[in-house]
Amino acid sequence: MSTSLRVRTIALILLEVAFASLGELMLGIGMKRIGPVRDWSLPALGLDFLRVITSGTIWTGISLLLLFFTCYLLVLSWADFSYVKPISAVGYGIIALLGYAVLHERVSPIRWVGVACISAGVALTSQTEVSTTGGALP
Amino acid sequence: MTTAILLAIIVLSGTLGDLAVARAMKGIGSAGDFTHPRHWPHILGSALRHPWFYVAIALMTLSFFTLLALLSREAISFAIPATAISYAAGALGARFLLGERVTAKRWAGVMLVCLGVVLASIG
Repeated sequence: MSTSLRVRTIALILLEVAFASLGELMLGIGMKRIGPVRDWSLPALGLDFLRVITSGTIWTGISLLLLFFTCYLLVLSWADFSYVKPISAVGYGIIALLGYAVLHERVSPIRWVGVACISAGVALTSQTEVSTTGGALP
Repeated sequence: MTTAILLAIIVLSGTLGDLAVARAMKGIGSAGDFTHPRHWPHILGSALRHPWFYVAIALMTLSFFTLLALLSREAISFAIPATAISYAAGALGARFLLGERVTAKRWAGVMLVCLGVVLASIG
């Protein structure tokens, strides 16, 4: 199998994971700024909805999630689903590492073992063939 | 009991939604070098015209709203590790519904990822 196909596939999966993580982060920041729903009456919910759809942070999050979905669609057009899905779990490890290195968060030993398992699983899966069907479905 | 049912709906609809997207994209990317960026607008346009794409959107929507329902009952530290089984369900679906060859090495990778997601989420 071509090495460049493997490299291009993994690069697109990493881009997909980055867009998904940043998109979720922006949605989280946006919703925290808006605050929790306290009043469930229709006018108050309408006002909250207006705050959501006029928030630049929320739209940035939505745009990043659309980019994630675009990358996901593109990579699935040539790569196996059973190849793409486990490798996409690398996001869990990246988030733990970023939390530790950038935000100086405490990462528990169990979480480090989890990150090690994910990394080993991603490494094993990435060594298998990118596509085993040849994209032969009609 | 309700939690188990919600969890089953999330895993089944989410995995089947992912498999339906993969099914649509396999149909589109069946010939030529589709890894090159110049083909990407054609691939995305074709996806929007593929019936499996809309089956996938419906299933993913069901999974998303069921997850919200689960999160209203259970802590996220329970919900996310519990849905880690979708990695194994996805590999099974890819083998039997999409005809992918899931080798022992790939299975080992999938199981390690499942275990890792559970540990990383509860840790």
